[in-house]
Amino acid sequence: MEVLIPLPVALPLAGAGLSMLLQRAPALQRLLSLLVLVGLLGAAVALLVVVDRDGTQVVQAGGWAAPVGISLVADRLSALLLVVSAAVLLAVLVYAIGQGVADGGHSVPIAIFHPCYLVLAAGIALAFLTGDLFNLFVAFEVFLVASYVLLTLNGGQAQVRAGMTYVVVSLLASVLFVTVVGLVYAATGTVNMADAAVRLQDVPDGVRVALGLTMLVVFGIKAALFPLFSWLPDSYPTAPSPVTAVFAGLLTKVGVYAVIRTQTLMFPGEDVIAAVILVIAALTMVVGILGAIVQDDVKRVLSFTIVSHIGYMLLGLGLYSVAGLAGAVLYTVHHIVVQTTLFLVAGLMERREGTSSMLRSGGLQHVAPLLAVLYLIPALSLAGIPPLSGFVAKLGLFQAGLSDGGVLAVGAVVAGTATSLLTLYAVGRVWVEVFWGEVAEVVPDANREDAVDVGVTRTPRLMTSATVAAVAGMVSITVVAGPLYGLAERAAADLVDPRAYIGAVLVTEEAR
Amino acid sequence: MTGNLTLALLIGLLYTVGTYLLLQRTLTRIVIGLALLGHGANLLLLQAGGARGLVPFVGPDSGAVLDTTADPLPQAMVLTAIVITFGVSAFLLALAYRSWVLTQEDEVQDDVEDRRVFRLRREEEALRAQDAGRRVDDDVGED
Repeated sequence: MEVLIPLPVALPLAGAGLSMLLQRAPALQRLLSLLVLVGLLGAAVALLVVVDRDGTQVVQAGGWAAPVGISLVADRLSALLLVVSAAVLLAVLVYAIGQGVADGGHSVPIAIFHPCYLVLAAGIALAFLTGDLFNLFVAFEVFLVASYVLLTLNGGQAQVRAGMTYVVVSLLASVLFVTVVGLVYAATGTVNMADAAVRLQDVPDGVRVALGLTMLVVFGIKAALFPLFSWLPDSYPTAPSPVTAVFAGLLTKVGVYAVIRTQTLMFPGEDVIAAVILVIAALTMVVGILGAIVQDDVKRVLSFTIVSHIGYMLLGLGLYSVAGLAGAVLYTVHHIVVQTTLFLVAGLMERREGTSSMLRSGGLQHVAPLLAVLYLIPALSLAGIPPLSGFVAKLGLFQAGLSDGGVLAVGAVVAGTATSLLTLYAVGRVWVEVFWGEVAEVVPDANREDAVDVGVTRTPRLMTSATVAAVAGMVSITVVAGPLYGLAERAAADLVDPRAYIGAVLVTEEAR
Repeated sequence: MTGNLTLALLIGLLYTVGTYLLLQRTLTRIVIGLALLGHGANLLLLQAGGARGLVPFVGPDSGAVLDTTADPLPQAMVLTAIVITFGVSAFLLALAYRSWVLTQEDEVQDDVEDRRVFRLRREEEALRAQDAGRRVDDDVGED
């Protein structure tokens, strides 16, 4: 049982090391990555089953009891997100392999891709599982460093420019993170999150609120909240499609997870922070989607929708109720899958059209009907059209917001409704420009620095299969929405009442 | 918690200078600014550990010396943070160099939106100039 908790971190890290050794054998490297991620998915599912049955599971790394040693904690939220992340990582890997096999060879140091991808997986898993603030910082650094490399993999001018923005902003966030860890340690004398949660009760109110807000800023940068999001639409679209897809799905959501974890555990029931979160949620939704509707590039539209929809998760958090948080959890799961899928589809579109610009595309439904279907389903889900998963998640959130009844909560729900309609407009515009109309002339790829071959009519079967699988996974969220919502509600109950979490982490000390 | 005033002032200075450099347009300065900010943050972690004390090794004979020993945890964290900052700084320098190789410039390039706003403004200015020109023509015509 205990081995299950460190396994999602250890397995990809070991795999990454091994993968480095296999640089000269790409086929073996691909097989290894696949095996590792299948193993990760298996471990995550097993962990979720165990955690949902027996409650929060804890492992004290190195055998030192909680406040001294580093705790790895798996509760329902982290286990659920781990499962979804592992599934998404696997689907994107298959897609990337399909793309690599088809396009491989020219100028791309593709041997680096697999180790970095596995390190990214390990970092994300560690971020979900750690119960220690400083360890969380390390986890963020692990996956961020991997993401720096993945983002600038081709070393072209666009990638370097975007990578520079991305690295500088992330590094600044990391510095702030170290700062807030130092401040929490100065205030409480601990960096164990459960222990800090107990000790923060004795800290003066002003200091506690200040720490909570600083932490919101730190994770707000990573989660791309208003007004800290401008790095995201600028950097994500330049990366190769599989990389963008996995970033879009997972990286911001790790930030969201960190916001939810720290705020519910360490700063519960702070009215000031709750009000700030609700206002930011509304602004993130509206400003993000307004950004999306003026873009001409499919990938940039989608990047802005990431920003916008982070607001929904924050709305659920701002309510601080079981219903609100359950909605937020469900929305996070839905959004990870749907956003990844949309970027995978955008990659296929780019391949087909030779561009991701809407203005130079058209009539894709005639030449690639399957692609049209693959785009339409997640796009409608993103906009929240019933009965797809986006609708279920939004409904949960809005009901929670309206039953809360506060001015800010209702205001945020109104903003959310408007955003939903504007999202429909944004994805609809992509549909009209790219899939309807005259068939546009395909311009072959001029820039061979790109990792992708664009403007080729032949799409590797593996890429299509991975995208179909992602769409199927998204639809299956709708099918199992009932049980999933039950699970999200149980996870939310754990979050609203963090005593179980704190007890699970700290009890071992007395037991020994 | 007791702290060291000199250290506190130094941390403040590092944050100030780091922030100033970060706001510059030159990549080299941004990199240096981030390094300074990183140092400030690391010192802050150290400061969080409280006052200086004895070497934190407690053997079976040393008795109750917990009050007089230094707190080892922040030092361990600072070491980790230094290693991470070092690695990322190296990557950032490589990236800045790559950017210089590609563009022969050490400046942060305009992003997509910057260029778009610039283009729109230029188009509008051109239209205005055209408008103004036409108005002058009209005026001349009326006379």
